[in-house]
Amino acid sequence: MTLHTRSVAELAAGLARKEYSAVELAQHFLSRIERSNDALNAFVTVTPDRALADARAADEARAAGRAGPLTGVPLAHKDIFCTDGVRTACGSKMLDNFVAPYDATVVERLHAAGTVMLGKTNMDEFAMGSSNETSWYGPVKNPWDLRKVPGGSSGGSAAVVAARLAPVATGTDTGGSIRQPAALVGISGIKPTYGRVSRYGMIAFASSLDQAGIMAPSAEDCALFLAAMAGFDPRDSTSVDRPVPDYVAELDAPLAGVRIGVLKEFFAHGLEGETGALVQAAIDQYRALGARIVEVSCPNLPLSVPTYYVVAPAECSSNLSRFDGVRFGHRCKDPRDLMDLYKRSRGEGFGAEVKRRIMTGTYVLSAGYYDAYYLKAQKCRSLISADFKAAFEQVDLLIGPTSPSPAFNIGAKVDDPITMYLNDIYTIGANLAGLPAMSIPCGFDGALPVGLQLIGPHFGESRLLAAAHAYQRHTDFHRRVPAAYA
Amino acid sequence: MSLTRKDVEGIAHLARLEITEAELSVYTDSLSKILSFVEQLAAAETADIEPMAHPLEGESQRLRPDVVTERDQHEKFQLNAAAVTGALYLVPKVIE
Amino acid sequence: MNQNTLQEGWEVVIGLEIHAQLATRSKIFSGSATAYGAAPNSQASLVDLGYPGMLPVLNREAVRMAVKFGLATGSTVAARSFFARKNYFYPDLPKGYQISQYERPIVEDGSLEIMLEDGTKKTIGITRAHLEEDAGKSLHEGLANASGIDLNRAGTPLLEIVSEPDLRSAKEAIAYLKKVHTLVRYLEICDGNMQEGSFRCDANVSVRRFGAPKFGTRCEIKNVNSFRYVEKAINYEVVRQIDVLEGGGTIRQETRLYDSTKDETRSMRSKEEANDYRYFPDPDLLPVTVETAFIDAVRATLPELPDEKAARFVADYGLSAYDAGVLTSSRELADYYEAVVAVAGGPACAKLAANWVTGDFSGAVNRDGVEIADANVPAAALAGLLGRIQDETISGKIAKDVFEIMWAERALADAVIEAKGLKQITDTGAIESAIDAVMAANPKQLAEYRSGKDRLFGFFVGQSMKATQGKANPAQLNELLKKKLDAT
Repeated sequence: MTLHTRSVAELAAGLARKEYSAVELAQHFLSRIERSNDALNAFVTVTPDRALADARAADEARAAGRAGPLTGVPLAHKDIFCTDGVRTACGSKMLDNFVAPYDATVVERLHAAGTVMLGKTNMDEFAMGSSNETSWYGPVKNPWDLRKVPGGSSGGSAAVVAARLAPVATGTDTGGSIRQPAALVGISGIKPTYGRVSRYGMIAFASSLDQAGIMAPSAEDCALFLAAMAGFDPRDSTSVDRPVPDYVAELDAPLAGVRIGVLKEFFAHGLEGETGALVQAAIDQYRALGARIVEVSCPNLPLSVPTYYVVAPAECSSNLSRFDGVRFGHRCKDPRDLMDLYKRSRGEGFGAEVKRRIMTGTYVLSAGYYDAYYLKAQKCRSLISADFKAAFEQVDLLIGPTSPSPAFNIGAKVDDPITMYLNDIYTIGANLAGLPAMSIPCGFDGALPVGLQLIGPHFGESRLLAAAHAYQRHTDFHRRVPAAYA
Repeated sequence: MSLTRKDVEGIAHLARLEITEAELSVYTDSLSKILSFVEQLAAAETADIEPMAHPLEGESQRLRPDVVTERDQHEKFQLNAAAVTGALYLVPKVIE
Repeated sequence: MNQNTLQEGWEVVIGLEIHAQLATRSKIFSGSATAYGAAPNSQASLVDLGYPGMLPVLNREAVRMAVKFGLATGSTVAARSFFARKNYFYPDLPKGYQISQYERPIVEDGSLEIMLEDGTKKTIGITRAHLEEDAGKSLHEGLANASGIDLNRAGTPLLEIVSEPDLRSAKEAIAYLKKVHTLVRYLEICDGNMQEGSFRCDANVSVRRFGAPKFGTRCEIKNVNSFRYVEKAINYEVVRQIDVLEGGGTIRQETRLYDSTKDETRSMRSKEEANDYRYFPDPDLLPVTVETAFIDAVRATLPELPDEKAARFVADYGLSAYDAGVLTSSRELADYYEAVVAVAGGPACAKLAANWVTGDFSGAVNRDGVEIADANVPAAALAGLLGRIQDETISGKIAKDVFEIMWAERALADAVIEAKGLKQITDTGAIESAIDAVMAANPKQLAEYRSGKDRLFGFFVGQSMKATQGKANPAQLNELLKKKLDAT
């Protein structure tokens, strides 16, 4: 059995058995990165020295009897998480030269858990995109078909896991940025409840929607990592002080009797190709496994994309004002005056999609338009949230597609923002309501993977992971690796 | 909502973004489309609906004890700054 | 300028926005120190610098202080208040937005009473007081064509106290400003240091014809850093606005800066551009909930407030409202006064003590710019001096000299009196012989006095006092002199 096709749980078990050392494991993945990253463009920074240092420390910890469940497991961080001493560019020219002087809480916790950092992954600029095409570092290729996008914004993390250049990678999800790319590359990815994982050190896109999560082959892998990432952080006011369940222990919770709601609105519009049929087959599988399938409706869900495209740009327009060429980030050459410094530094440093969203956000917050756009969107957000709340009075989980279609061609949607935005039609609702949600692979449309989405009530990660795990014990889609990377 | 080029120039100025003439045309078109797209919200019935600013209802701001926990690290922090003199961040002269 | 004639027919309307830096140890949203005068950017943490990935966490003490102010002004303390972002670009504003409170401030709808010069009282409404973060500073000295940004002050907690437009003259504005200044120091929520910018004031000034139904267009005068300049800036602005309006012009709503060297206000062109702050709720911060128990706990820490103290001084010590007001203008002065009275023997000497504390003592404190706590004449020492006046060891006049020596040498009254031989002469014989000598030496004046030139009495008092080196008991001397001069 080759190392890289093993799940995280299997790799960890091998480390525990001393079948291989953490250094050997790190070297294995570093050589895979060396071989394949140029074609995929999935890592923007590879940190071999850091990886080997982390790995040696992990081996020492194990020798000293201080190893935990993740000690020595290699991982990649989305380049949105600040890493002390290692460049954090966030997919932007603006931060091409930025080296954070501190670690994000997610990075710190995973480091403390003994993981080994292989590098930082490519992403849509400031996480704004659904295809990884807005990155200053160029598009990431989908390992299943290099002509296709891997989804976004955590496209690099998705691709490295799909191609097994890393066994696991962190991601962030503001409107689907973990789930949609996970779906498009055939891996598992979970966006936890808003507030479950600290946002400290995660470069903000839209603060009320952003949530860090994890992308890995299986739900079990996600459970292992989420356990290490989740928990209260006094440095994040929106972090929730509430015990973290033992996600791994609860993976085997039975499916029998669990009520799963099929969201009517998720099937109202055309799902492309085989997506509808594959999702339906997965629902049937759940029924066969003992779950009670119920149809439910969230009538305001169709408002979620327009709501999101007011709220997220509004928050981003403000969050990105700090990039002004003064204390960090790109600064234009020879500014004539203060206005010139601001306008050129920002004009040169930000890419087209980021500028578009900053301007959208600036507009919807400006005098005379606030009520009609921003306030209205916040009220619609209430409606959507209330719909979910009502749905979770009837069911334990919701089920549906993650994305309306499998991966599309690079360049196919770049010129039409609205079409691009509609990629997130099924994922955005969970962000607006702060709900935990995950995507798991549920089959293939031709050569391309299709994702199944599960959404849970607030802090319902255990049930979500257990339901995904139950499905994965009876399917092997999550074990499939593109031939070129097997 | 159909924006004019002048509108977009105004927004870009408010957001302190320099945009070229060519970009101006592109943004005028795409921002107009986006605004028209989001205007479907207007049809939603939201009378008596409280706006939602935060995904977790009922949570309250946690308060931090008034303790100094930070020490001077300006040299490290200023490694990312393009222009610094005598520990001050430099900008073109601010006129008041 | 003669305001009375210029202001004829015009009503002045002023509202003040006061920014009081809260006296917390750490910043409002970070654990950086707030100490004044530190080396540039040495107290600017990653949060204060607006570094990517940084998040604000609210300082409990700042909330407590805001609530304290709310309770002291009879305001409503909001059970839930919100933080919003005020978006604008400026080099001293690292995040490109200021975290402030907009729609729902923590404190609303209170008032303070001020006393006008004629002794009448007026209630000034406090619209709101909200928490926000201070900005950094732009420095220009020694930099060619550049400004240097120091972000030490960025993130210092501010309480912005907004009055209703209830003030009708610069004098009222100053009375209100001083009242707030006194209050925040009583409450120990702000050190009140205007020089260091801990207590700053913007004034919104407009004028209208008496009886006009609507307020005139107002101008905001920014950051004036002393009581005197606030008064001068308002007066200048009032005259300017009336001039413009009487000349047929209109007032443009704008921000103006007061130039103390030229004693004028001028338009701030850099802030001219129409501001669109795009306020919206800060998604990084949750609603601030202030529970009843929290309010009760804060209420229990409220000191006796200036008005309460002044009323007590009037009732217990028989002081005039004016004296009581002066003595309670700072907690330190009031405490000092009460300590003097306590040592000097209670209410019997309250009036005398009030005169001394508001007079010579305050004069010396202000002249030398010292803190009351550090004064060379502590309360017990002043009480000792007053005791010597009361027991007639020295006269009130001599006491002034004794006080100056005590102040200069940190000496006690008895020691000074002893060392300088200033003990009052009360021995009738000694005074009489001094008077006799003066009468003998001035026969011409004596004759004139006795022929009806009463005014010469003063001359004899002066000469006799001089003959005793000023030490004669004045009342005794007067009495004996009168008797001798009139004895024909």
